[in-house]
Amino acid sequence: MEMLWFWLVSVMVAIYAVMDGFDFGAGVLHLFVARNDGERRTVLAAIGPWWDGNEVWLLAAGGSMFLAFPRLLASGFSGFYLALFMVVWCLILRGIAIEFRSHVPDGMWAGFWDGVFALASTLLPILLGAALGNVVRGVPLDSGGYFQIPLFTHFRVANPVGVLDWYTVLMGVLVLATLTAHGALYLAWKTEGEVHRRCRRAAPRLWLAVAGLALVATGATAAVNPALYANLSHAPLEWAGVALFLGGLATVFIGLARDRHRAAFLGSSAFIIGILAATAAGTWPVMLRSTLDPAASLTAYNACAGPGGLRAGLGWWFIGFPLAILYFACLGRIHRGKVRAAEDGPGY
Amino acid sequence: MGDLLFWHRLQFGFTATYHYLFPQLTMGLALIILVLKGLARARNDARLDTAARFWIRIFGLSFAVGVVTGIPMEFQFGTNWARFSARAGGVIGQTLGMEGLFAFFLESTFLGLLVFGERRLGPRRHFLAALALFLGSWLSGYFIIATNAFMQHPVGYLAAPDGTLQLADFWAFLLNPWALVQYAHTMVGAVVTGAFAVAAVGAFWTLRGLHPEQAALHLKTGIWCGLVASVLVAFPTGDQQGKRVARHQQPTLAAMEGRWRSGPYADLNLIGQPNVEARTLDNPVPLPGVLSFIAYGSFSSNVRGLDEFPRDQWPTNLELLYYSFHIMAGLGTLFIAIMGLSALLLASGRLARARPLLWVLMLAFPFPFIANSAGWMVAELGRQPWLVYGILRTAEGTSLLVHPGQTVFTSLGFSGLYFVLGLLFLFLVGREVHAGPAGH
Repeated sequence: MEMLWFWLVSVMVAIYAVMDGFDFGAGVLHLFVARNDGERRTVLAAIGPWWDGNEVWLLAAGGSMFLAFPRLLASGFSGFYLALFMVVWCLILRGIAIEFRSHVPDGMWAGFWDGVFALASTLLPILLGAALGNVVRGVPLDSGGYFQIPLFTHFRVANPVGVLDWYTVLMGVLVLATLTAHGALYLAWKTEGEVHRRCRRAAPRLWLAVAGLALVATGATAAVNPALYANLSHAPLEWAGVALFLGGLATVFIGLARDRHRAAFLGSSAFIIGILAATAAGTWPVMLRSTLDPAASLTAYNACAGPGGLRAGLGWWFIGFPLAILYFACLGRIHRGKVRAAEDGPGY
Repeated sequence: MGDLLFWHRLQFGFTATYHYLFPQLTMGLALIILVLKGLARARNDARLDTAARFWIRIFGLSFAVGVVTGIPMEFQFGTNWARFSARAGGVIGQTLGMEGLFAFFLESTFLGLLVFGERRLGPRRHFLAALALFLGSWLSGYFIIATNAFMQHPVGYLAAPDGTLQLADFWAFLLNPWALVQYAHTMVGAVVTGAFAVAAVGAFWTLRGLHPEQAALHLKTGIWCGLVASVLVAFPTGDQQGKRVARHQQPTLAAMEGRWRSGPYADLNLIGQPNVEARTLDNPVPLPGVLSFIAYGSFSSNVRGLDEFPRDQWPTNLELLYYSFHIMAGLGTLFIAIMGLSALLLASGRLARARPLLWVLMLAFPFPFIANSAGWMVAELGRQPWLVYGILRTAEGTSLLVHPGQTVFTSLGFSGLYFVLGLLFLFLVGREVHAGPAGH
């Protein structure tokens, strides 16, 4: 039961990364690939129907984590207090920028919100990447299961650790690069004209950077958390994750070379899912690692809720999850094909 | 101020109160939009579609702010109330998780289609989008109320040896009788907010002599919805809610009325200032026996005073609780009077000439927001000193390692951000009202 919930939460986090990832990437890129109001609106039209629902995956994953692993949520959220509020503020600014931008047909107004949208879309992947880095590196969990760390200390991976050190910053940059490259493929797939052309040109370079960074990050992770790789010998799922992200990466480059942008986008989705799956399989059953004492780590076993709650949760999860997928499928059908900003009216 | 509990409470209270300004409008409008679109289809009346389109634009703005201010609420369970989350998460995580899967996905999928998709969808499917949004937002409301109801009146759980609360009976927890009453009261309250907003815009256009056809339609819609909702919010829903408090939270009832001594024929005080140290109510204007009647159905019923309870069971912010209740109940009574009078004049065709009343209707729209906020303050201050009533004290639910230097910092950040957000929202809504029913 604990293992099932571990994977259900992981699946939701992976869907969140893939889905909100492409609209983060679009936000990072839009100042560069869309230079006038019409092009900016094309970018917004491409992500407009999706971004709000994509963000719900974060809340849904958080909700599932809350019911299945309450101690993990309590410990992690309070320990990363300041960093999480920065995430929240960026999410607020980003949502408002997308929603309010097209309400006033004025260049200064739109330009301001375009800047806010780009800034928040850039900061969020860095923060979320740093969060992933913190999970891999570990935090100073005490025997009570709590911790509190500053935003930064000496930037070395040694106690006292901060939210930001060289490793977590590296992970932040990796995630930023990955989601930017992911967004470039999405826009190349869904748009036409200049935006499409610029994304197509930028994508191979971005993906080369991602591949290089991923290589560096793999080595760095081995240094920071060797246990992650020690599991390889007896974790077939970790091999599956590795295969998925390598295959995804190959698909991206093949898709780009053949101008098959939807295939390339699916490849980059597989790349993201593969990295997360390999990480999850490597850390299992640890969910938050203690840098002080391995026995103080929060695992799927010691952080989970009682059996009654886990069972009841499964009952509705397997109704609600397919429903959510169904909504997204409907949305995909309604908005299939390339977008044209003018037809979708203001706001999108 | 080095008081950690104080800052956690202030932060959550502020962000929650601010957040709820928006969902109450969207939930109220969701129903009114559905009614307008339904009538438009039934009567084949394009004017109703125009009115619906105008309110869908306002709905979109309010929804956006509601979403972004709602995200911090989800986070704060873990960031500010870690010990509460660790102990009760196995139970309340159920409803918060269900809200994500069942309500948020529904809303986020259909919002874009409702706001931007009318041409693409056609009238029938656009109506279905309005229905989906209504279901999503009202479902979301239920999951939040069910979560809160567990904190007010915990049922369906068992206490594990390690101190955590675990789910024992899913349906008992989900269909908590407290939740059903509180839900009805809260949702009707949201419709009051939506109806007053619709009526206020109608009154403004009428006073200005603008868009006469739409203005009259707005007045009619706002007033009839407003009258029904204002009555329902007091009776039976508010009445039932009061009776629940009287039965299960007796110190709260005493504090709401500033009542120290027990006895039959308890007064309902229209006004007065509680003096907690002297244990008196200064300058009271009482209605003798009415509190006994409202709480227990007979004038001679005994209503226990705070003197009967140890001080550590009294609500901690007694004065604010007392005033919140009186503001809510007082405004609720006024709403019935305003909407009742307006409905009378509307039915007899004299409303358009009753300019003073139109002024009142135009200026009244902020007051349902105040009444709804005050109502939540009654619920949440009245629950004190408990976080989960009778089981977990609020002081035992905080994040221990988060210090005031952090909460004050983020609270100031929220104040600034939310101030700007409020200005932007008012600016954009003002533009829509100015542009009129046809839009830009």
